[in-house]
Amino acid sequence: MSTSTVDVHPDPHGHGGEHAHDPHQQHHFTTMEQQFDTSKIGMWLFLATEVLTFGGLFAGFGLMQNQYPREFVEAHEQLQRLPGAANTVVLLVSSFTMVMAVLAARTNQAAKTARYLWLTVGCAGIFMCIKAYEYTHKFEEGLLPGIFYHHHGDLIAGSHGYATFFSFYFMMTGLHGLHVLIGMGLLSWLAIRAKRGEFSDKYYTPVDLIGLFWHLVDLVWIYLFPLYYLIS
Amino acid sequence: MEWLRSALLPPQGSEWAKEIDVAYMAILWLSIVMFLGLMIAMVWFAWRYRYVPGRVTPHQTHNTQLEIFWSVVPLLLCVGLFFWGIDGYMKFAVAPAESMEVQITAKKWLWQFEFPDGTRAVNELHIPVNKAVHLVMTSEDVLHDFFVPDMRVKRDIVPGRYTEFWFTPTMLGEHVSTCAEYCGKGHSDMRAKVFVDTQEKFDDWMATGGDEWMKHPPEEWGKIQWDQKGCATCHTIDGSKSKGPSWKGIFGKMEKLKGGATVVVDENYLRESMMQPQAKVVDGFDPIMPTFQGLLRENEIRGLVAFIKSLQ
Amino acid sequence: MEHTLTAGSVTGDRPRPAINYLNAEKGIWSWMTTVDHKRIGIMYLVAVSTAFLIGGIFALLVRLALLNPQHTLFGKVWVTAEAYNRFFTLHGAVMVFLFIIPSVPASLANFVLPMMLGAKDVAFPRINLMSFYLWCGGAVLAISSMILGAVDTGWTFYTPYSTTTDGAVGLMTMAAFILGFSSIFTGLNFIATVHKLRAPGMGWFDMPLFVWGIYATAIIQILATPVLAITLVLLLIERVFQIGIFDSRIGGDPVLFQHFFWFYSHPAVYIMIVPGMAIISEMIPTFCRKTMFGYRAIAYSSVSLALLSFIVWGHHMFVAGESDLANVIFSALTFLVAIPSGVKMFNWLSTMYKGNISFETPMLYVLSFLFLFAIGGLTGLFFSTLSVDIHLTDTYFVVAHFHYVMMGGTVIAFLGGIHYWWPKMTGRMYKESWSQIGCLLVFIGFNMTFGSQFIMGGQGMPRRYFNYLDQFQPIHAFSTYGSWVLGAGLFLTAINLLASLKMGELAPDNPWGGTTLEWQSSSPPITHNFDEQPVLEHEPYDYRHRTVTHV
Repeated sequence: MSTSTVDVHPDPHGHGGEHAHDPHQQHHFTTMEQQFDTSKIGMWLFLATEVLTFGGLFAGFGLMQNQYPREFVEAHEQLQRLPGAANTVVLLVSSFTMVMAVLAARTNQAAKTARYLWLTVGCAGIFMCIKAYEYTHKFEEGLLPGIFYHHHGDLIAGSHGYATFFSFYFMMTGLHGLHVLIGMGLLSWLAIRAKRGEFSDKYYTPVDLIGLFWHLVDLVWIYLFPLYYLIS
Repeated sequence: MEWLRSALLPPQGSEWAKEIDVAYMAILWLSIVMFLGLMIAMVWFAWRYRYVPGRVTPHQTHNTQLEIFWSVVPLLLCVGLFFWGIDGYMKFAVAPAESMEVQITAKKWLWQFEFPDGTRAVNELHIPVNKAVHLVMTSEDVLHDFFVPDMRVKRDIVPGRYTEFWFTPTMLGEHVSTCAEYCGKGHSDMRAKVFVDTQEKFDDWMATGGDEWMKHPPEEWGKIQWDQKGCATCHTIDGSKSKGPSWKGIFGKMEKLKGGATVVVDENYLRESMMQPQAKVVDGFDPIMPTFQGLLRENEIRGLVAFIKSLQ
Repeated sequence: MEHTLTAGSVTGDRPRPAINYLNAEKGIWSWMTTVDHKRIGIMYLVAVSTAFLIGGIFALLVRLALLNPQHTLFGKVWVTAEAYNRFFTLHGAVMVFLFIIPSVPASLANFVLPMMLGAKDVAFPRINLMSFYLWCGGAVLAISSMILGAVDTGWTFYTPYSTTTDGAVGLMTMAAFILGFSSIFTGLNFIATVHKLRAPGMGWFDMPLFVWGIYATAIIQILATPVLAITLVLLLIERVFQIGIFDSRIGGDPVLFQHFFWFYSHPAVYIMIVPGMAIISEMIPTFCRKTMFGYRAIAYSSVSLALLSFIVWGHHMFVAGESDLANVIFSALTFLVAIPSGVKMFNWLSTMYKGNISFETPMLYVLSFLFLFAIGGLTGLFFSTLSVDIHLTDTYFVVAHFHYVMMGGTVIAFLGGIHYWWPKMTGRMYKESWSQIGCLLVFIGFNMTFGSQFIMGGQGMPRRYFNYLDQFQPIHAFSTYGSWVLGAGLFLTAINLLASLKMGELAPDNPWGGTTLEWQSSSPPITHNFDEQPVLEHEPYDYRHRTVTHV
């Protein structure tokens, strides 16, 4: 078989002429709309995996609660409802500011987008501060996970149930807090990009997708809060 | 067909084994028939329809009737197998009321068997033929599994809870049991012998209380009895007073009895105290000791005597 | 025997492009930063093949240790129980987590799936690369574990043994955790790709069946793997913090671990087999030169296997001490999941009926698969039958069963797929005679190694056993000899394939006369896969009006 050079892509990356497309459009997509829809599917799939991950922990918690009902009820009392409720409000507000940020991005309001994003970051920061305050209180009281648990005054002395409760408490709020921190990083990055005018009605995908992520972070807390703080 | 069964499966040591083997053979024949059907078709098609240049193949996309047929028929076969399996399983799910309970404690890497009367054995289980045995099992450390291939017995042993299984052995002789849940270095050495005895031989073995006593010097065996037969509830071994006299230093002592008489604490007195405790009660104590007639075996009595002797 | 396809686009006569995806950019950095799905597929192929080699070496060591009950070689004892326990654990862990789970999806599907859809790449090329690096990270952790004390828990990590044994259990669980995310992102990528990047005119029921299989697999990857991730985290935390969830000494439940573990690991075995079946569904129409019989049935069976796989996990625990009700329910559901696999077998055979069949190496692997998977699948019936399971579980019967489906099924299909798409991926033809000999040796060696194990298992030989009763020695020895034949066959196959890279004939675009879109590109393809966006012109596997002539 003879070989010859075949010129496949005239003007590669020149983005002129018949190869013109939005600079944000990746080469394997034919339209921006296709790219946006695909990205959204990707994010939803990722959120599904997050739900299953947290779901496993919720299931584990439920089973342990079944095993140690009295210890879990008693351990619940150690959690501070006021900071917990405050955190719930803070996250709900942050979801609102997130929605506003997406709206602003879609309507070409760069400064507003950045502002709302920074507000969301701010709310997240407040959440983490309140969390830090709560954790400090736990450390002081000896309410720590597993073998590190050394709280005094438990009714059922010697039972593992308390340590198990706080193991799950720290695992679930810790994993959630990690997601909040990651979210803060992502949202800050978005805010900087927004200020630079990178988002418009033609391209606001990152804001939309990270908004979805942020709503999930909020949703997980909505389940965590009553489960840990309110049930008695 | 029996030649095939005996080539593929162990001897049938229990009722349960017979039940399972029938199901196993049925599945085997079903599988052989299906496998041959599939492979004969495959080989036949491969040969009959081997490549010929220019031949055009028919455009057969589907055949609804055929596809329904070969979905439904296997499904029905599966349903049949399901019920067969359940039937056998449920028949043996609940131990009969008259079964003899044997407690098994598994630990890395040995088996401890205990009978209702307290007889214990390590790595050796004796059971009478044709009588139902109910195994109640727990582990002291990690997961184990009691597996007796001849009996087709298998059940995991879980630390922190009890699991159970029952069977009726029908085949006299020695059978092997192995651990079937990986438990570390000694997993493949964790074997016990299961002896299915005639009733007489079994009773004999029970009378001598298993074999564990042979593994301890008499004083040590006696201490184990003190601990496990309830003596420790009332008799201390350090001299302190309890509901009964302390054993420390009593052997050879002249003991004052209720009513004024005296007795030398020797082997005979000790034996009498175990069998007829009310006969000679030590002064200062109440006559509350229960009799151990029929509850202590010879080797256990000897062990206790040796132990008491050693507590000078 | 050569084939040139002369229907559709005249690909057989097209001049071969000088620049293709392999030489378009040169240098190791261009490979390490590539987002080209084909390059990533090749890197994965090298990676999983290396993992297969490592896992295979552990397997040979396991079989060697069991050659005789004294564990001697030339009169000298060469292995201890502790070492043996590590061999079988590492064999399982490497094969499951590093090799078989990623194998087909990450290597072959990565390469071929976008092209089958007429796409230029997967939906998220950068995430594809990230998946690869996650695999590499997992591999580093796994190797670290092997060096720093290794693991002796069995690949199933049952508690409380795994929470209390020493050894580098933490490192290995973290490796599996990272590898899980690699798998999740691969699945995520494929789902999005199948939904949004199909060529114009390609509806769901115009897609190749390989795509259906990979799609179904991706669903399992997304939904099941996170549960493994959290199970491993809980296991690790139990070891370090002793929270009391799985360890009975501190109030935990060892059977709970089994539930968590098998909730992922049963669907995982469908992540393993469904792609293998998907490859078979591609190769049969091609080598039979006939449309696939029962296309919809095969497509639906892939998806139903994916969904049903989530509700049968309890069949791994029939003797674990679960309630009779649970056991009965899981037995019934397990029988149900047998049906879609059976349906596929019948459809494949029906495609051969009145076909025009040639027996190049890929088709020989198909025949091997049909033989071996039939045995593997049918022996599954012994385990779904509750009473019989009690005798056979935890014996060599189950070891034989799962090797027949995983190796006789997935690995055989994987090898067939590699031979099928080798010309496309590398632009070279391998030496057909050697690949056929390799296939034959693998087939014979495999049956020797594992067929004998069915007999041992039925007779009561437990699994994971270092010492065994003398009565089993002849069968163990036979099985070990089989492993050597198997190893030789695999080695020969690998050498033959690698040799073709330098010495093989240049491959035409479509050496087998396949009808799916990837065969319309050059061999090897250009970086963007196609000169022009392919448009689907016919239904899948349409062999009408096609003539295949000898050259």
